[in-house]
Amino acid sequence: MSSHLETNILPPSRQRELPGQPRKWIGQSMKRVEDRRFLLGKGNYIDDHVVPHMAHAATVRSPHAHARIVSIDTTKAKALPGVIGVYTGADLATVVDPCPSFASPPVTQRAMAIDKVRHVGEVVAAIVAVDRYVAEDAAELVEVEYEVLPANVDIETSLEATGDAVIHPADRAGNKAHDESFKFGAVDEDFARADHIVKRRLRWKRSSAQAIETCGCISEYSIVDGGYTIHCNTNFSNFIPFVIAGSLRISPTVLRMQPITTGGSFGSKVFIHKIVILTSGLARLAGQPVKYIEDRLEHFTNSDSHGSDRLYDAELALAKDGTMLSLRFDVIDDYGAYLQFGVGTHGNAMAQVTGPYRIGSFGMRVRAALTNKCQQGPYRGFGSEVTNWVLERLVDAAAEELRMDPVELRLLNMIQPDQFPYMIPTGNIYDSGNFQQVYKQAAELIGLTAWRKKAADLRAQGRCVGVGLATCQERSVYGPTEWWFLNNLATPGFTLTSTPEGISLRIDPVGKIFATLHSVFIGNSPETIVTQVLAEQFTVAPSDIVVSYSDTHSGFNGVGPQGSRFTAMITGACVSASHKIQIKLKRLAGHLLEAAESDLELREGAVAVKGTDRKISIGDIAMQANFFRLNFPDKPEFDSGLETTAVYDHPISTLPHPERKHLGVFYPMVGHICHIAVVEVDPATGKVAILDYAAVHDNGTIMNPKTLGGQVLGGTANGIGTTLSEEFIYDDEGQFINPNFAEFAMPSAWEMPANLKIGHVETPSPYTEYGVKGGGEGGRLGAPSALSSAIDDALQRYGVKVQQIPVRPSTLRAMIRASGK
Amino acid sequence: MTTHAITLNVNGRQREATVPARLLLSDCLRHTLGLPGTHVGCEHGVCGACTVVMDGRAVRSCLTFAVQADGSRLTTIEGLANGAQLHPIQEAFWEEHGLQCGFCTPGMLMAAHELLSRNPDPSDDEIREAISGNLCRCTGYTYIVNAIRSAAAKLRAPAPASAA
Repeated sequence: MSSHLETNILPPSRQRELPGQPRKWIGQSMKRVEDRRFLLGKGNYIDDHVVPHMAHAATVRSPHAHARIVSIDTTKAKALPGVIGVYTGADLATVVDPCPSFASPPVTQRAMAIDKVRHVGEVVAAIVAVDRYVAEDAAELVEVEYEVLPANVDIETSLEATGDAVIHPADRAGNKAHDESFKFGAVDEDFARADHIVKRRLRWKRSSAQAIETCGCISEYSIVDGGYTIHCNTNFSNFIPFVIAGSLRISPTVLRMQPITTGGSFGSKVFIHKIVILTSGLARLAGQPVKYIEDRLEHFTNSDSHGSDRLYDAELALAKDGTMLSLRFDVIDDYGAYLQFGVGTHGNAMAQVTGPYRIGSFGMRVRAALTNKCQQGPYRGFGSEVTNWVLERLVDAAAEELRMDPVELRLLNMIQPDQFPYMIPTGNIYDSGNFQQVYKQAAELIGLTAWRKKAADLRAQGRCVGVGLATCQERSVYGPTEWWFLNNLATPGFTLTSTPEGISLRIDPVGKIFATLHSVFIGNSPETIVTQVLAEQFTVAPSDIVVSYSDTHSGFNGVGPQGSRFTAMITGACVSASHKIQIKLKRLAGHLLEAAESDLELREGAVAVKGTDRKISIGDIAMQANFFRLNFPDKPEFDSGLETTAVYDHPISTLPHPERKHLGVFYPMVGHICHIAVVEVDPATGKVAILDYAAVHDNGTIMNPKTLGGQVLGGTANGIGTTLSEEFIYDDEGQFINPNFAEFAMPSAWEMPANLKIGHVETPSPYTEYGVKGGGEGGRLGAPSALSSAIDDALQRYGVKVQQIPVRPSTLRAMIRASGK
Repeated sequence: MTTHAITLNVNGRQREATVPARLLLSDCLRHTLGLPGTHVGCEHGVCGACTVVMDGRAVRSCLTFAVQADGSRLTTIEGLANGAQLHPIQEAFWEEHGLQCGFCTPGMLMAAHELLSRNPDPSDDEIREAISGNLCRCTGYTYIVNAIRSAAAKLRAPAPASAA
């Protein structure tokens, strides 16, 4: 271990439930307990929800990328029958403040623009009306005069902008929001001693999650207490009230965020800050509840959540035998017009930037460019999907330049199974793994040797068939230091270190176990996982568990589903809560059975005396505990009821070094993935067909094979779309030219490989309960690399190399033609 | 604004509504008739979440005006189950994990329903073709195809499949 890491001392494991024990419910492909309501059409998503007397909002959006607002005339719109009110950014600012920003220094952002618009689709006025149809009619009648300013579209030239092209002149003189450099370990020395340096310029272009449900909100202002009741499909409902309340100029004590089922997120609904603030302000101004649901165009052009948009100059230093020594890159990220999470997506990537390889040092310069595009936000991978691809591209390039087999080069450099926990140069650890086993299983699953030979034969016959492999990391369970540790040391911002998850448990008088989650459903399987863990803990049937969701007044300490954290974190909370209740169950049972608590155990839904058949069911204990107080001693520890709350903190994290010599442990449950793709490219059209595909993931102990399989398959589909078809295209004037599902091409069932094979390896985490790791992002963290590699292989004859994502057919065809072969 | 009186048979029930000519069938079902199980994902006819079966054919309710459905027989997601008892297609989606967030699910189920009503034994390619107008962002489709294949087998079985 390099000396810069000596101060990064690992705390001991707090794992209580050891992996590898016989389990009845954990590890089963139990059908999801969530599903009946969705199958029956009773999902109760945000747009299904009705609040009495609610009105409906529509917005007027900027047609320009960058412009001064000269005037807004709302007269005609206000005169339309059915219109309740028409409001501008200045009107909204009378009741709300700017949006929360996690960037430091912040970039000022308002839910509705004042004086100036900074991207196409930014809201300049909003209408509240009796229904959405009338509201949209009125939106057409609002007259806005603009003075167009120079648009910043290109990632590099935006950094050089001056004068009228500066996007936030009040905040900063230029369009560079962040510029910091780091060295973790002996980067310069390692590059100086390298025999070979591989250098590539790599471009990852913008897209986003585009869940089938858009974002929306219903807000109601109360003149009784000056607070708001808010329904919103945010994933962050119990974590953001403090910052949202600030923007709404109220105390969090009068902010009531209600849990709402979310129709898919993939990161895109983590926060939804603008919509909550906009809708709430409109409700206050209009004097009645307001519903605002984005239409698809609004979601494309004005969501919180465009994905990474980066340009890398990246270098990998190697010894002549192929040993990887060091990695460094200079990256510029086009964050759009606002910087909500700072450069958190680059912080995230520090969790696994050196991949599964023993690379001794790492350095980078990271710059955030502000441009006239919609802001970035989370999207499945949160930035790590890009660094995985950058590293794997460099490894493939190194194999080619060193004339080594790309698989052999990977295996030569992989961390060995006996080296865990393994600390990488940035300070994060990989808790456990067996990367070689994952590779082996993937190679067997697809028949790698046979496919390589077959592809070579087909290429010899003139077809463009290739095989590509990627071995990548899948970090899970984040700590929040990633949001700020790359900030300038003089302006670190709010140095948050908590990302807990909580649960409330209660056993009713007949022994049913009621669990209340403090975070919402987004398409993951929280109720199923909680049911499995509680059934395991209490030795009861899943049908004895009832799961619901809290609002912000009854549930704190819930960060929610994001960063592949929820399964591991809620499992920890379930274990904590179960252990607390089990203590009381045993106390009561010990009294009823006249046995010592230390002689008792839970089995088959009862508390039993070990080694005997004497037992009392949980239902019978609960009946006594709830209704028969006088059957117990007159001591406080026998007071009525069986209920508790529990909060589970991040299982293992450390602080970043004060001078950022390392970043500490912040994303330590690290899975491994091996994807192998076989593709055929049609050189005439550039279309890529996937002939075969295997994805093997190691996510630690598997809680539910079926739901994990769903995550792997779905993530891989996202990754296929990201690589082959999905791109947000902005023209030179900053017009977003394909913001619809017809031209932004997401994979349909036809684009997915018919025979996508998945497999799992289980190396449990030594830190989480039962050894589970997160598994929600891996598919998208692996597919771009494997497909890029396969396309290179298929196009050997043309010498075409994938150096940008996506490679849409037109892009690839142009590259093939440009090769001149 | 001029309105029109329409009569629809929705899930076996006669329903009447007075609607503006421009009211989308999706909005009529969701907001006028109180059947929000039919979802709206894109409102431009690509995602398929709003698919309902109208006179035996799967249609995009976001590209259909309510007045066009006057006199039609409609089946929506709310009409698939027999009370609390799931339809075999719904059972199969549950067993095969053919849904995650559930938002595309109503459209998927209705597209599958139409397919299996005209082709009781579809090949996987026929299944993929039938749902290729329905976007799902969660599943990657594999388990949906499995579910429809399984549902077809359930529906072909001589005895009715038992419900959970």
